[in-house]
Amino acid sequence: MAETIKLEVARYSPERDAAPRLETFEVPYRKDWVVLDALNYIKDKADGSLTYRWSCRMGICGSCGMMVNGEPKLTCATFLADYAPAPVRVEPLRNFPVIRDLVIAMTDFMQKLQRMKPWLIRKEEKPVSEGEYLQTPEQLDLYKQYSMCINCMLCYAACPVYGLDPFFSGPAAIALAQRYNLDSRDQGAKERFTTLSQHEGIWGCTFVGECTEVCPKHVDPAGAIQQYKLTAATQWFKSMLLPWGGK
Amino acid sequence: MKSHVPAHSYTPYHPKWYRKRVSTYWWLESWAFTKFILRELTSLGVAYVVALTILQIHMLSHGPEAYAGFEDLMKNPFIIALNVISFLLVVYHTITWFNLAPRAMTVRVAGKRVPGFLISGPNFVAWLVVSAIVAWFLLRG
Repeated sequence: MAETIKLEVARYSPERDAAPRLETFEVPYRKDWVVLDALNYIKDKADGSLTYRWSCRMGICGSCGMMVNGEPKLTCATFLADYAPAPVRVEPLRNFPVIRDLVIAMTDFMQKLQRMKPWLIRKEEKPVSEGEYLQTPEQLDLYKQYSMCINCMLCYAACPVYGLDPFFSGPAAIALAQRYNLDSRDQGAKERFTTLSQHEGIWGCTFVGECTEVCPKHVDPAGAIQQYKLTAATQWFKSMLLPWGGK
Repeated sequence: MKSHVPAHSYTPYHPKWYRKRVSTYWWLESWAFTKFILRELTSLGVAYVVALTILQIHMLSHGPEAYAGFEDLMKNPFIIALNVISFLLVVYHTITWFNLAPRAMTVRVAGKRVPGFLISGPNFVAWLVVSAIVAWFLLRG
């Protein structure tokens, strides 16, 4: 008989359940299977009502983030083999409200991200006839790491500050604000400054550092936040000490 | 609808979300969180040492008699134990602080980011040099 592995999957039906419960499924154990493969197997063969988000299966879309044995993981990149033979517990991302089974509400993150204005801001757009905004490889290098973010929200699930203070902007939103602040084509750093340099922005962060640990794309949001703290503090000193202010 | 309820709090057919409260003991859930809380707690040791130094300077400004009283107080075994614990807390605080410094500072030389140890390294060296100078002052007899 083929080998199997047990999956303890969090189930929550808003119509029936007061709180999530764990349901155990037995799935075939294959070395090349990731947790997402096991969830797809359950949906196909055992219980079609199991609800979860997924799309690309290759760590790009950022939709299959879940808690695997208590740690935030992209389930498409988390192999069963790393947990076998012990059962694998799959739960929805921590710190977010659960809508059903493994699906969380991401509205809060989307709103926070939008408040950071994560797009190129120009004081004046130049006409298309003048060509592209050119950038050297060195200029690209300054922000490239932050541009790797796939909005998977694992960093929010890892952040105890966000869990305790839902008003905190959170790691990914701040890292993406920095991604544009450091872009040589962008002129919107001043517009983002007010959103970033308040308590709900960077100063809420106590540098636990777990966001960086769990990031599947090595974005280092914790680093981005601390670097911006330095920028904001320098800006403040300049505006206090220099007669012409922080300009 | 009552007037103090903000308009956005009512959404028709809104799904019944399940929200889990964060436990008061969240910092015991993983070793990384516990280490973080320990690092934050070492700030108490730093605050104690700062207060003690201010007290010492204050006593020094009040003449030799007052300072002798301060020195007597420092010989109390309870104070010695407290100072040893605070010293260890401050050392842990300093090491973690210097280790985190490269994360907050990006120094670039010729377009390349300087590796972390070149930022934390000088901090540690400066710390050792200052400590050695202080030790030399105290122990030169």
